[in-house]
Amino acid sequence: MNWLPLLPLLTCFFVVVLNCLFWRHALLQKFTHLTGAILLLCVTGLLFYVVSFQEILVAQSGGYKAPFGITFVIDRLSAIMLLITGIIGFCVSIYAIHDIQTGHQKSGFYFAYWILLMGICGAFSTGDLFNLYVWFEVMLIASFVLLVLGNHRMQLDGAMKYVSLNLVATVLILLAIAMLYAMVGTLNMADLGLKLKAYPLTGTVTTVVLLLAIAFAIKSALFPLFFWLPASYHTTNVTTAAIFAGMLTKVGVYALIRLTTLILPDSHYILSLLLFIAGLTMLTGVLGAASEFHFRRLLSFHIISQIGYMVMGLAIYTSFALAGTIFYIVHHIIVKTNLFLISGICSKIGKTSDIRNLGGFYKQYPYLAILFFIPAFSLAGVPPLSGFWGKLILLKAALNSSHYIITAIALLVSLLTLYSMTKIWTQVFWKEQSTHAPSLESFGTLKLFVTLFPVIILAMMTLTIGLFPQQIFKVMLKAAEQISHPEWYIHAVSGVE
Amino acid sequence: MTDMICWLIGGLISISIYLILSPQLMRWLFGIVILSSTINLVIFVAGRLYSQNPAFIPQEGQAFDALLANPLPQALILTAIVIGFGLLAFALVLVRKVWRTFDTTNSDLLGYSETRQSRAGEDEA
Repeated sequence: MNWLPLLPLLTCFFVVVLNCLFWRHALLQKFTHLTGAILLLCVTGLLFYVVSFQEILVAQSGGYKAPFGITFVIDRLSAIMLLITGIIGFCVSIYAIHDIQTGHQKSGFYFAYWILLMGICGAFSTGDLFNLYVWFEVMLIASFVLLVLGNHRMQLDGAMKYVSLNLVATVLILLAIAMLYAMVGTLNMADLGLKLKAYPLTGTVTTVVLLLAIAFAIKSALFPLFFWLPASYHTTNVTTAAIFAGMLTKVGVYALIRLTTLILPDSHYILSLLLFIAGLTMLTGVLGAASEFHFRRLLSFHIISQIGYMVMGLAIYTSFALAGTIFYIVHHIIVKTNLFLISGICSKIGKTSDIRNLGGFYKQYPYLAILFFIPAFSLAGVPPLSGFWGKLILLKAALNSSHYIITAIALLVSLLTLYSMTKIWTQVFWKEQSTHAPSLESFGTLKLFVTLFPVIILAMMTLTIGLFPQQIFKVMLKAAEQISHPEWYIHAVSGVE
Repeated sequence: MTDMICWLIGGLISISIYLILSPQLMRWLFGIVILSSTINLVIFVAGRLYSQNPAFIPQEGQAFDALLANPLPQALILTAIVIGFGLLAFALVLVRKVWRTFDTTNSDLLGYSETRQSRAGEDEA
């Protein structure tokens, strides 16, 4: 059996077990945490490298042939998502070392953090719908724990909303799974694609797939279903918020991609619905952000509007647009995690998260201002940063397939994003403010390094993507070509032509 | 048999949706509990149900394919029950904690994280 596709999962699981064993040894726990993060980065890098010339890796667990056992499949899309998980996991892990206080560590922060990463890796590498549901649940329970660590009033209130909507989403996935199984008698995603193609395309198929789409839409915070996100993300500690903001909603988007390209390809009802929703998601997200003054809550609203861009590329559904979506996901994960980390540094220095009460950072910490400038204006789409290329590709794809309204909305939203980023910039960095408590320099060299290092790496990555978009886009194009030919995936998994 | 279960599912789902729509968090929680159990019933139906056939295949001879319940959905239900139990236990603890902290379980009176501006120090978890 080829066990390579299981490596990221096993790495995370290994760290979880070690973290459990070292529950009372704070230092050892930190050590395994860091080693695990480096290992995960190496492993996902290795997988990405192998997939780049072996196309699709398949592992049948327990040696059961495809539709019967649980299959793990790594194609190019999965490999890209896993690699980005490795990178974000690594960066946020370093930041966590200083940010997480002993109290949180004792209540099991690292433990829950690695279970969360395991859930994310599992969702990206599984080829079975029920297994995907299980990984969603693993992610969910870990995120519940991370969300309420600390027991603040705000956290409990935010967690209540997060829990309630996400519980409904998982129930919906389960309902759709039951109906799918009753219809075609299989839950393997490749097999589902094959069987649904032969199944008479009645309202039942659309209903079931729509149920799945709604559940994944809750997970990825699409327009009418996003209310859990801005209510909860800003209430947790910065490390948790950063990993949530980077990865969680993108797992939902990934599941949507799999649903519309593999399980039921070319379903026009769902694609046109998604396009409609993408526009509304972009608009509502950015309008929410425009009226907000809490640093991380503002950024949370931006996650929603950016998800709109990704879903827009998915709904346009050409190979080029899909590549644009993947490009945008990668760019967005890097940028958004970075922004959350920087917001954490700013609120740590200024002792508040309200941007009206922060100020004078440009004078005091010019390097922090530059580090903020790169991701923030990349998010808004200022050339030559990564967001500009992401938006350019998506807009070009939209114009090529003559979707003019969504193009107009995307441009408008881009402008509003720029507006709210300049709002942060003027409030936090340019505004004069004399009273300032501890400076960054009082952190000590090690703490300063630990806090700034991940931010610098992520900013460098944004710059690299911005300066060499062609090379990176080529990789995305290959991945998009692969997902727009679901028969390759099906062939690799079950051997059917 | 299947018809009966289907009616039961319909009834339970309507009860659970009624409960979920309530502003009282405890009712909402009971609604979720009923809903997740009902979904398990849906999976159960997906694997064919017979009230009078034995669950075993005779030692010699063929299995009566059409008259036998499919055991796989039952395995799926087991997984779903275990996971659902964990999540619901967490939700129950959370509701209790909310009640302890805010002295109310009326979700209309919550909204602290969205409407109240954060005070210095309090939001830095």
